[in-house]
Amino acid sequence: MLRYLLKRLAILVPTFIGITIVCFAVIHLAPGEPTSMQAELNPKITPEAIEQLKRHYGLDQPVHIRYLVWVKNLAKLDFGTSISADARPVWDKIKERLPITISINVASMIIIFLVSIPLGVISAVRRGSLLDRSITVFVFIGFSVPGFWLALICMDFLGVRLMWLPISGIHSQGYEHLGPFARALDLARHLALPVLISAFGSLAGMSRYMRSSMLEIIRQDYILTARAKGLSERAVIYRHAMRNALLPVITILGLSVPGLIGGSVIFESIFSIPGLGKLFYDGIMMRDYNLIMGSLTIGAVLTLLGNLIADIAYSVADPRIRAS
Amino acid sequence: MGFWSRFFRDRLAVGGLVIVLALFLISALTPFIAPYDPSAIDVDNILASPSAGHLFGTDELGRDVFTRMLYGAGISLKVGFVAVGIATLIGVLLGAVSGYYGGWVDMVIMRFVDIMLCFPSFFLILAVIAFLEPSIFNIMAVIGLTSWMGITRLVRAEFLSLKERDFVLAEKAMGASAPRIIFLHILPNAMAPVLVSATLGVASAVLVESALSFLGIGVQPPTPSWGNILTQGQSTLGVAWWLSFYPGMAILITVLGYNLLGEGIRDAIDPRLRG
Repeated sequence: MLRYLLKRLAILVPTFIGITIVCFAVIHLAPGEPTSMQAELNPKITPEAIEQLKRHYGLDQPVHIRYLVWVKNLAKLDFGTSISADARPVWDKIKERLPITISINVASMIIIFLVSIPLGVISAVRRGSLLDRSITVFVFIGFSVPGFWLALICMDFLGVRLMWLPISGIHSQGYEHLGPFARALDLARHLALPVLISAFGSLAGMSRYMRSSMLEIIRQDYILTARAKGLSERAVIYRHAMRNALLPVITILGLSVPGLIGGSVIFESIFSIPGLGKLFYDGIMMRDYNLIMGSLTIGAVLTLLGNLIADIAYSVADPRIRAS
Repeated sequence: MGFWSRFFRDRLAVGGLVIVLALFLISALTPFIAPYDPSAIDVDNILASPSAGHLFGTDELGRDVFTRMLYGAGISLKVGFVAVGIATLIGVLLGAVSGYYGGWVDMVIMRFVDIMLCFPSFFLILAVIAFLEPSIFNIMAVIGLTSWMGITRLVRAEFLSLKERDFVLAEKAMGASAPRIIFLHILPNAMAPVLVSATLGVASAVLVESALSFLGIGVQPPTPSWGNILTQGQSTLGVAWWLSFYPGMAILITVLGYNLLGEGIRDAIDPRLRG
């Protein structure tokens, strides 16, 4: 197990270096500079002042030097300061936004897991039934529905028309004066729509995956054996089949991390949630170099961690993986 | 049973094909069937609700939403196909080289694929587009450049198994050049899964384009796109439901069409893979 873990960690290093190179290349090879944004906003700015700004942000250095400086600072979690008016360190800004984004994504994943597994199992066990076909239709629609549109429709219906749920931010006004229970309830009400809607997209794919994984397992000899020795159908399905069918799903859950994090840009913008996604979006609008690079790197690192956790969980659950 | 008879027995797949063909037809005929000019402003009819004159109502400048959505169909089709074309081209080339040659070339390419897969693709796309000045061309290019990894893996896997087959070994023995073997002999046999993946890819490219346009960094107004009509829908939430409802349905149906078609082709190619 330890050897497997070390091997897995060793692969992380080159991948991480690759990530930093891609991040850096993308942003620095693209035309358009932060100074041009500031220049656009201020028509009276002189060419000398632009030069001075460039020097201030280190933009007068050659690209590879800037990369090395950036990586060196990265090791200290120093992503530089934001170009926006508050000029705060990028890491501070990201740090305060991370918990909310991570909580939303973890909550979404739990919901995805809790809903898609039973759906997949049921449609595999009752393959071809009306229920299976209805779930298939639901899955196709889930695949195809644009999440941001679903968000808009829910906001319009549940938020604006029925006024059941708040549609923006994470706290109501006067949140500070609420008791602890009321606070939790307030937060839950604000996060209900974003969490459910961001879970919805992956739900479809996951239950489809669980279904085919289940169908694959049911054909195996050991299921036949289990049935032959007279186990109840319940025991066969839930104890023998489902456990094995769950294994590949762990990996897929890990693979869905980048999608969830990417989606947080959209959902956090729509619902005005002060998370990493919203920070990133605002940074892009301002062409805040350091902030964008910081968020992009952190996004990739979160993905990397998600995959690592999935891999480890998989190897704990399935000894064959460790052996190979 | 052949491919087509299997395909046409699958009702969902045929439904997908009908949707996709209908979209092509709509895009080709838009200038002839659109009832209005897509950018004709009508100050007397601002945010008019759907009626016989304006099937899907009008927007905050009094422009006909139905007309703008017809034009939007063409845009999403164009973005979808060009983006997937770029992704497929890159994916096939890298996958073929990786699978055929193996060794360190394979290792480098696969490592690069792993790295690219670590990026939340929407983050990467947003970052690049924000620096590039949003335009239809840039969107197509960036979506294409960030979505080739799946096809690369697919083509590589096909090549790994096909290159050991007798017909390839025979070609090699006869002294055929590597490009000849790759493109003339192996690739045609590896195209089926690529076709499936490309069809499903159009679906996700359409979704990404609409999301980008919705966020204001995709297709720029006044050019109509389903995504940027939805942006107006958000700002008129609770006032003009037709600005959010219809474009969203259009995206949903389009994406559904490509997904059904793609899965239908997959099942018809290889019934054993059927879920």
